[in-house]
Amino acid sequence: MTATTLPDQRGHFGIFGGRYVPETLMTALDELLEVYETAKTDPEFEEEFRYYLRDYVGRPSPLYYAERLTQTLGGARIYLKREDLNHTGAHKINNTIGQILLTRRMKKPRVIAETGAGQHGVATATVAARFGLECDVYMGSEDMERQALNVFRMRLMGSRVIAVDAGSRTLKDALNEALRDWATNVRHTHYIIGSVAGPHPFPMLVRDFQSVIGREAREQVLEKEGRLPDVLVACVGGGSNAIGLFHPFLDDGVRLVGVEGAGHGLDTDMHAATLGLGTPGVLHGAMSYTGQDANGQIQVAHSISAGLDYPGVGPEHSYLKDSGRAEYVSVTDDEALDAFELLSRVEGIIPALESAHAIAHIARIAPEMDREEVIVAGLSGRGDKDVEQVDGLLARNSERGERAGGAE
Amino acid sequence: MNRIEETFASLKSAGRKALIPYVMAGDPDLDTTAALVAELDRRGADLVELGVPFSDPIADGPTIQRAALRALNGGTTLRSIIETVASIREHTGIPVVLMTYYNPVLAYGIGDFCRDAARAGVDGLIVPDLPPEEGADLSDACLKHGLTVVFLVAPTSTSARIDLVNRHTTGFVYCVSLMGVTGARGELADGVDVFMAQVRSRTDRPLGLGFGISSPEQAGEAARLADGVIVGSAIINVMEAHAGEPDMLRSVGEYVASLRAGMDRETPVAVQG
Repeated sequence: MTATTLPDQRGHFGIFGGRYVPETLMTALDELLEVYETAKTDPEFEEEFRYYLRDYVGRPSPLYYAERLTQTLGGARIYLKREDLNHTGAHKINNTIGQILLTRRMKKPRVIAETGAGQHGVATATVAARFGLECDVYMGSEDMERQALNVFRMRLMGSRVIAVDAGSRTLKDALNEALRDWATNVRHTHYIIGSVAGPHPFPMLVRDFQSVIGREAREQVLEKEGRLPDVLVACVGGGSNAIGLFHPFLDDGVRLVGVEGAGHGLDTDMHAATLGLGTPGVLHGAMSYTGQDANGQIQVAHSISAGLDYPGVGPEHSYLKDSGRAEYVSVTDDEALDAFELLSRVEGIIPALESAHAIAHIARIAPEMDREEVIVAGLSGRGDKDVEQVDGLLARNSERGERAGGAE
Repeated sequence: MNRIEETFASLKSAGRKALIPYVMAGDPDLDTTAALVAELDRRGADLVELGVPFSDPIADGPTIQRAALRALNGGTTLRSIIETVASIREHTGIPVVLMTYYNPVLAYGIGDFCRDAARAGVDGLIVPDLPPEEGADLSDACLKHGLTVVFLVAPTSTSARIDLVNRHTTGFVYCVSLMGVTGARGELADGVDVFMAQVRSRTDRPLGLGFGISSPEQAGEAARLADGVIVGSAIINVMEAHAGEPDMLRSVGEYVASLRAGMDRETPVAVQG
């Protein structure tokens, strides 16, 4: 079995994936799988999906040659896959369009979602509004404060945003609460999971919906460069934008690099490097690398980017890591902030803090590469949601810098 | 036959139903847990479920989440729980079942955990986030070490899934009475009688009924439908109401005795026995 034919029938990517959920949900997962398998081979579904991606989301997203970034870094030619230009400003909507169409096929009138930074919540609220479905979004109360604008957007589109006060009050706990809601209301509710995480078939179907990113990028880079890229770089929280970009290139010899949030640094306990420092475990319905202590308790992750601030990761990434097909590195909060500024200044593109992690890694590797070599980066989202947070952080940093300067 | 099967068999021949209280191990500390097990035993429990605290308990409502947090804050680990069971075993033969999420077991090591748990006197396991499809490794290790492993059915389970659970579960079948998570409810869920009849028609194993049961009346109703009645959150509610008070143990004991009475009223053979 090759990487492109995974998962197996029960949702396993090697030892990873599977279904580790309460019995109450098992029948719904079977139903979802069945509806998805049928839809996948139904030309009508395919046409519908393409239609909404084109006319509602605005696909295909451009593959943009970042000329000034390339010149500034002075090495490989850098292309950005502009998912930030999608409707709602991130790649998340590719998946929510796909899943809302499945929800309609299952004739369920209500959807729920979890959200961290709010991008997936907004993408779910958007399609729920478009198709007239009831929508509740679970969000950690800490994240609601950090991302007040996205909370407003969701409410404006008619969704309820439910604050989660349990545990770390972030994405992990929002996911727990959404799973509990789903177990209670599964007969009439579909849970639109926002990443390639969770129990089978979610990691597979979210990947399939997001693979439009890589399919387009492959076609576009062949057209512009006449060849495949040397390296693909994408940020990894749960990992949906990275899998979406990587998957259509799995059988090619292209290097695949996923970038996790290193937070305050890998030598601290304030990071989100699940693949880098975690160990295999079961969280949120699947076996995968997990940030956990020696007793199997899940640890709280930290990243400047709420979208990477998660102690789990999609099972297919765990498989790609262990098989050696993809490599995973990490970038600190400070490096991500530098990249956020860099891309804004030289390209006039303000990236999401998540995507800034990919740019930060490119800033490391591009100068070492040949001018004829090609990098494609997933620019998973735009940074409007982050400017207020970054403004605060930069002000604090410059105060600190001035104080340090004055002491010299 | 292990202690769990023996307990159900002897209760059955006496025309009685099993009362299965659940407490969170280590809430608020393991000494209290040991004292609680003795009290539960004295007040009419037939089996005891000990919860293993987990940071992300997706099958549990707020009450058990709070209990897990208190236990974790007290430093409770699977290892220290197993030690506590060993000390409990010096005083009582009541069957003890650990209810644990899968990840703490994985972190301990499945084989090592089953060996150590069995040695300490644990009789069985319930793992609410482990369906039979993923349970082969744990089932094998449990078989090897003489532990039962109890799988669950829910109101959404199809006949095929009930059969699957029946093939893999040992000890009893855990029937989840309602759609959703643990937590005390005002009444038993609608249709629970139909659900239980359907499960009953597909298995000869004892049926335990849990989730949501909180009053002697509900326990009585559940006793008519099932072979064992599982009560968790409602007991923790009593513990919380009396937290830090000297009469906490007694209050829990009286509450459990009231559940026992509620069940025995509905299974009148017991009164004579």
